[in-house]
Amino acid sequence: MRHGKYRFLIGALAPPLLLYGVFVVSPYAQAFHLALTDWNGLSAEAGFVGLANFAELWGDPLFLAALRNNGLLLLAVPLATIALALFFAACLTGGGARRKGVRGSGLYRVVYFFPQLLSVAILGVLFQFVYTPGDGLLNGLLGAVGLDALQRSWLADPATALPAVAAVMVWSAVGFYVVLFTAAMDSIPADVVEAATLDGAGRFTLFRRITLPLVRDSVQVAYVYLGILALDGFALVQIMTVGPGGPDNATEVMGLTLYRAAFTYGEFGYAAAMGVTLFFITLTLTALALRATRSERVELA
Amino acid sequence: MNPTRRTVLRASTAAGAAAALSGCVTAGGSDPAEQATGAVTDENPLGVPADTDLEVVMFDGGYGDEYTRHAVTLYEERHPGAAVTHEGLQKVGEVLQPRFVAGEPPDVVDNTGAGRLDIAALADAGQLTDLAELLDAPSLDDPSVPVRDTLLPGVVEDGTLDGTAYFLNYSYVVWGVWYSRSLFDEHGWTYPATWDDMIALCGEIKAAGIAPWTWQGKYPEYMMDPLQSLAAKAGGLELVRAVDNLEPDAWRQDGVLAAADAIHRLVTGGHLLEGSEGLSHTEAQNAWSGGQAAFIPCGSWLEGEQQGVTPEGFDMTLAALPALTAADALPDGAVQGASSESFLVPAQALNPRGGLEYLRCLFSGEVARGFAESARAMPVVKGATEGLDLAPGLASVAAALDTAGEHVFGYKYRTWYPELAKAVDDATGELLTGRADPEQWADRIQQAADQTAADDTIAKHER
Repeated sequence: MRHGKYRFLIGALAPPLLLYGVFVVSPYAQAFHLALTDWNGLSAEAGFVGLANFAELWGDPLFLAALRNNGLLLLAVPLATIALALFFAACLTGGGARRKGVRGSGLYRVVYFFPQLLSVAILGVLFQFVYTPGDGLLNGLLGAVGLDALQRSWLADPATALPAVAAVMVWSAVGFYVVLFTAAMDSIPADVVEAATLDGAGRFTLFRRITLPLVRDSVQVAYVYLGILALDGFALVQIMTVGPGGPDNATEVMGLTLYRAAFTYGEFGYAAAMGVTLFFITLTLTALALRATRSERVELA
Repeated sequence: MNPTRRTVLRASTAAGAAAALSGCVTAGGSDPAEQATGAVTDENPLGVPADTDLEVVMFDGGYGDEYTRHAVTLYEERHPGAAVTHEGLQKVGEVLQPRFVAGEPPDVVDNTGAGRLDIAALADAGQLTDLAELLDAPSLDDPSVPVRDTLLPGVVEDGTLDGTAYFLNYSYVVWGVWYSRSLFDEHGWTYPATWDDMIALCGEIKAAGIAPWTWQGKYPEYMMDPLQSLAAKAGGLELVRAVDNLEPDAWRQDGVLAAADAIHRLVTGGHLLEGSEGLSHTEAQNAWSGGQAAFIPCGSWLEGEQQGVTPEGFDMTLAALPALTAADALPDGAVQGASSESFLVPAQALNPRGGLEYLRCLFSGEVARGFAESARAMPVVKGATEGLDLAPGLASVAAALDTAGEHVFGYKYRTWYPELAKAVDDATGELLTGRADPEQWADRIQQAADQTAADDTIAKHER
C-alpha cells in the first residue's frame, strides 16, 4: 500500500512541477543567462559579456529616470491605496465586528469592486478620455465648477503626467483592497469591540487601537502586492502617456525601458539585465516589507 | 598586481563560464532545412518547385491585406499544385522572432508596423535572402523588362544594406502638410510659398476662428517631419548627410536651427490648437478632419487612415513644405519621401524560390493598381496609378511627387539609430510645448548624437 501511495504522490506532483519548471523556472534561468550576453534577439548565437550590461545600467539616464519614477510610484501608490481602502472599509463596517456601517454598505461593497473587473488596457483607454486636453472629462468637470484655472493637458505636462498615471493605479486598485479589508474587519470579534466601546472609545480611537492592529496582516499583504504593482505600471504608461514614457521621460517606468531596449533597439541582453535588476528590486522590497511589518501577533483566543 | 590564487581561480571560472554561456540561445535550429528548387524555364524563371506549399506572413495594418491576398491569387493561378497559407498580423516581430531564432521562418514576410523586426540585425545574422535574382527576373507584366526596372527610383536603394538588396518596400510615402482645399477655397486662402507667408496666413486663419495647426502631440515625430523637411530644403542634401552620418555639430547647422526656429514660431505665435501636445494621432487627425484646425503634418497614409471620418467634400490635399529661406538649397516642391512596407524572404525558409515568386506577383502592375485603389496609397511600381481615378488626397500626393521630380529626400538616422530618434522626439516634444527653445533643442539632440557616435556597441552606417 505504501508503495502505491508514493506512486500516487509522484504522479500527482509531477505534472504541476514540470509545468512550473518549463514555464516559470526555465524562463527565469534563461533571463539570468541572457543578462550576461549581448544577444540581439534574432541570431541563434550570443556573446558572453559578463556584467557589462549591469554596469551600463547605472549610467543610462533613461533607466535612472525609470528607476526614479517607479520609486515615486512605490512611495505614493501603496500608501494612498491602503489609506483610502482602510477609510472606505471602516465606513462600510463601522470599524469592525458587524457594527453598522453607512447606509447601503452592501451595495457599495459591490460597486467598489467594479474597477477590478476592467482590464488594464481598457482602463488606460478610458482614462485617456478623462485626461483629454481641452474638452476631456476632467477638464470639463473643472470648467463646470468654475476651476478653469486648473484645466491643463494632464498627460502632456511633466508636472502632472506621473501623478495622473498614479491616480489611475490607485483608482483601479482601491476597490479590491476595500473588499479585502472589509472581510478582515468583519472577522474582528464583537466582544473586543464592545469592550472598547464600553470603555468609552470613540470611532477614531476604536479604529486606531482595535481595528487597525487586528487587520495588520491584510495590510501587510496589500502593501507587498501594491508595491509590485507600483514597480510595474508598464501597460498603463504604454497606453496612456505621451511618447510613451513622456513627456520627456516624466512617466518612463522600468518595464517600458526594458520593452523598448528589447523590441525597439534589439538589445535583448541588456533588456534581460534590466529584468534581472527589477527581479532583485522586487524581491528585496517584498522581504523588507514582510520583515518591517512583522511584529507581535495579536492572539485572539 | 600579482595574481593571487583567488584572482587566478576567478579568471578561470569566468573563462569557463564564458565558454559555456556564449553558446546557442535556444536548443535546435542548427540543422539547415532542406530547400526545394524546381527547373528554371521561361514560364518559371525563378525555378519554383512544383507542388510545394508557400507560407506568407503579412502585416495587416493601415493598408489592409487585400493586396497581399491579391498576390496570393496570382501565385495560385501560376502554381496550381501549391497550397498557400496567408496570415495577416499586427505584431509581426513578436510572432516571428522566435521562429527566426529557431530556424523555422515563413517563406515571405511583410516586416512592417510598430512591432517589426530590425532588418539590419536580421541581415547581420544571415537571416535574409539576397533579392538580386528577383530583381533581374523578368517582370510579370512584360518579360522583356526585369523587375528592377519596373520600380520607382530609390526603391532598390532603400532595401539595400551594405551592397546587397535584402528587402523591397511596397508603398511610396510622402510627408508634407495637409489641408482641406474646400475650406481654403471657402475662405479664399492659398497655400503659402514661404514660411513667412505661412506665419502670416496662420494669423488670418486664427482671425477666422480656426486653429491654424494641430499635431499628433503624443508622438512628437509627426512634427519632426516638417521640421526636418524645412531643414533639408534650406541646407540641401549635404545637411541631411551630415545629420545621418553623425557629424560633429550637425544638429547646430544653420539650416537645422532655422527650421527649429520656424516650427517654434508656431508655438510662440499661439498657432497650435490648444492641447495638441496631449492628443494621440487619432484625436489630432479627427480634430483636423472636423475642421478645428487648418493644417496637420502627416505622411501620405492620412487619407486612408481618415476614410471613415472625412466629411463629404473635404477635399484633403497634401502640400510640400513651403520654402524656409529665400535662398533654399533645394527647389520649391522638394518633398520628404521614402518607401515603406518591407517585404523580405527569410534565408532559412522552406520554399525561398516560392517566396521570390510571390514577390514577383506582388510587384506586378495588376496588384499595384489594386493597392492604389484599396489602400489609397502610392505603390512603388512605375505607372501603376496612371489612368486610375484617384481619391483627392492620393491625387495630391501623386501631383506632389510629380512636381518634386528627382528632388525627393529622406533621412536615415531614424532607422539607423533608434536611440537617437527617441532623443530627437523627446526634444521635439519639449520644443513644441515651449519648454525648450530652438537652441536648447539643438543642444540636447547634438549631445545625444555625439553619444551615439562615441558608442562602439552601436553599428555605424554612412551615406
